[in-house]
Amino acid sequence: MSTPTILPIDRNSVAELSRTRQEPEWMTSLRLKGLELAETLELPKLEKTRIDRWDLSAHGSYVKPEPIASIGDLPETAKSLLNEEQTDNLIIQRNSGAVYAKLSEELAAKGVIFTDLETALTKHADLIKPYFMELVKQDENKLTALHSAVWNGGAFLYVPKNVQVDVPLQALYVTDDASASFTPHVLIVAEANSSVSYVENLVSSGSGSIVVNGVVEVFVKANASVRFATVHNLGEAVTDISYRRANVDNDARVEWIVGEMNYGNAMSDTTSILKGSGSFSDTKAIAVGTAEQKLNYTTRAVHFGKHSASDMITRAVMRDSASAIINGITKIEKGATGTNGQQTEKVLMLSPKARGDANPILLIDEDDVKAGHAASVGQVNQEQVYYLMSRGISRAEAERLIIYGFLAPVVSEIPIEQIQGQLQQLVERKLGQ
Amino acid sequence: MANSPKFVIDGLRASIEDKEILKGLSLTINGGEVHAIMGPNGTGKSTLASALMGHPKYEVTDGTVTFDGEDVLEMAVDERARAGLFLAMQYPSEIAGVTNSDFLRSAINARRGEGNEISLIKFIRQMEGKMKDLEMNTEFAHRYLNEGFSGGEKKRNEILQMMMLEPRLVILDEIDSGLDIDALRIVADGVNAIRSEERGFLIITHYQRLLNYIKPDHVHVMMQGRIVKSGGPELAERLEAEGYDWIKEELGIVDETVGQGA
Repeated sequence: MSTPTILPIDRNSVAELSRTRQEPEWMTSLRLKGLELAETLELPKLEKTRIDRWDLSAHGSYVKPEPIASIGDLPETAKSLLNEEQTDNLIIQRNSGAVYAKLSEELAAKGVIFTDLETALTKHADLIKPYFMELVKQDENKLTALHSAVWNGGAFLYVPKNVQVDVPLQALYVTDDASASFTPHVLIVAEANSSVSYVENLVSSGSGSIVVNGVVEVFVKANASVRFATVHNLGEAVTDISYRRANVDNDARVEWIVGEMNYGNAMSDTTSILKGSGSFSDTKAIAVGTAEQKLNYTTRAVHFGKHSASDMITRAVMRDSASAIINGITKIEKGATGTNGQQTEKVLMLSPKARGDANPILLIDEDDVKAGHAASVGQVNQEQVYYLMSRGISRAEAERLIIYGFLAPVVSEIPIEQIQGQLQQLVERKLGQ
Repeated sequence: MANSPKFVIDGLRASIEDKEILKGLSLTINGGEVHAIMGPNGTGKSTLASALMGHPKYEVTDGTVTFDGEDVLEMAVDERARAGLFLAMQYPSEIAGVTNSDFLRSAINARRGEGNEISLIKFIRQMEGKMKDLEMNTEFAHRYLNEGFSGGEKKRNEILQMMMLEPRLVILDEIDSGLDIDALRIVADGVNAIRSEERGFLIITHYQRLLNYIKPDHVHVMMQGRIVKSGGPELAERLEAEGYDWIKEELGIVDETVGQGA
């Protein structure tokens, strides 16, 4: 039962765009296939979330971006995130494509590749082909299919064997023209024994409706380590769809740090496939919902490898009439003996109309494993408010302390100081309304 | 600025969930005085402490409470605290994510007011000094508020707050329950160190033992939600030796509780 879709683009335009960018034939075919699938596939099926009621029509159309002369050209929301002095190891996508990409010579000399995916495709197609849309498949649903057809800008981060990258590589994705499509694809490949941190920010400016349909694929090879931090701070008129997936090989590790600070409807799925034995995944997510936001956030760990381990923590604060469905899925496949999968989902509701569902799900197909979950949904504890007030702290301040205290155990564990500070600020702004 | 506090409770009646616990309690505490309230279980002692602090579960149905002439019952909980009222609780809350140190500094600054915040260095010095006096591990400052603290540690944390906030009317709600003799001595030393003309104390205690260390000026016995007998320190000694039965006989009380167990 699929309703015919009016897609934002037609076959000819997709093919034309691909050729203008001089993409390899396989990419052009992939895009066309994606478009075909998008026509017939259904929207993703989300628990208790009527995504079909969201505004998913405003995809915009491709508008070739102008490269920027300096950071000063960017809108305020983006400028404030950048350090004037730090111009290396940075990619900036503005609307339909990259406007800035620079990698330090030091890292380039080590064989590290960090540039927007479109550019990378013209130079390193062979490195990209084995991975692109292999983790998040085109045929999963209408949105992943559409993404594969219209993706633009994005980032490609490649770290060769044995290379340790000590500085976090940064990416900034800005949408400030709602008529321009904005569908970044991030592809990270960390070869054996390598390590790298990638930090991205998604911001918007302006009030036009737009759908962001982003996909992140991370391949962590044997004994490598990737830390992926992302902060989404998109405006009310932006509908955010994000799929993030990592494949983790033997003894490798991935750390996901997710800050969901949007103002519009948002759906994200952060999944780790623990393929190899001894693989490890750690996920920390915080979210603040305000006004009438409808949110659906899923963190997931799928265990195939023996002695693999996962730990996922999500804490969300809901105000006003915001509604959040928070899912934690730990799946342990047969054969993944010695696995340890843990998850925690906690939601704090600040008003009677706010809604939070915490759904822990354990799907276990193996005996010799450890799995645990903790989920809670509650309101601000009035005894705690009384205790703080009895020391002279005003009610507003007491509630503020309790709410930050609720998020603190996750925020304080974030290993990147810059992100910690940024999240504090964003949380403050969202709760200050 | 020497400012001797005057705390007057007159005919206080309070209920919880429509059940009356305090049935017309009257008491005046002046600066420099230490009043002890004793009484068997179920007589309303803790309710008195909570009602004076303004706990939302308790409803005051009659009577007045004034602090230097100001109407306390009209004040919100935080206003009462800023006016100089401090309650060392029997069961302090644990609050995850808020460190003991941050909490204490927020409380001090709430009292000092905007623009007059205490300097971080001064605060840390003072806090660590007082923690040492109370024989508390200074590591506790960085732990989350009362989280993972034993009962005795929580009580010491209450006394630490009392010493740092410099209140004018201190209510200690069974500060001695759950403390061993050494901790009791340390807590008592802390209280005695801040006795002055500018401070009044209301010590609610179940055991007379505490009063060996903190000598009260006045001792009151609570029964059936009111003060039924008052005297000096010798009253506490007599209660320790003889229990409460003689008072019940004297006053013709059969059931000293507020009814159906408070």
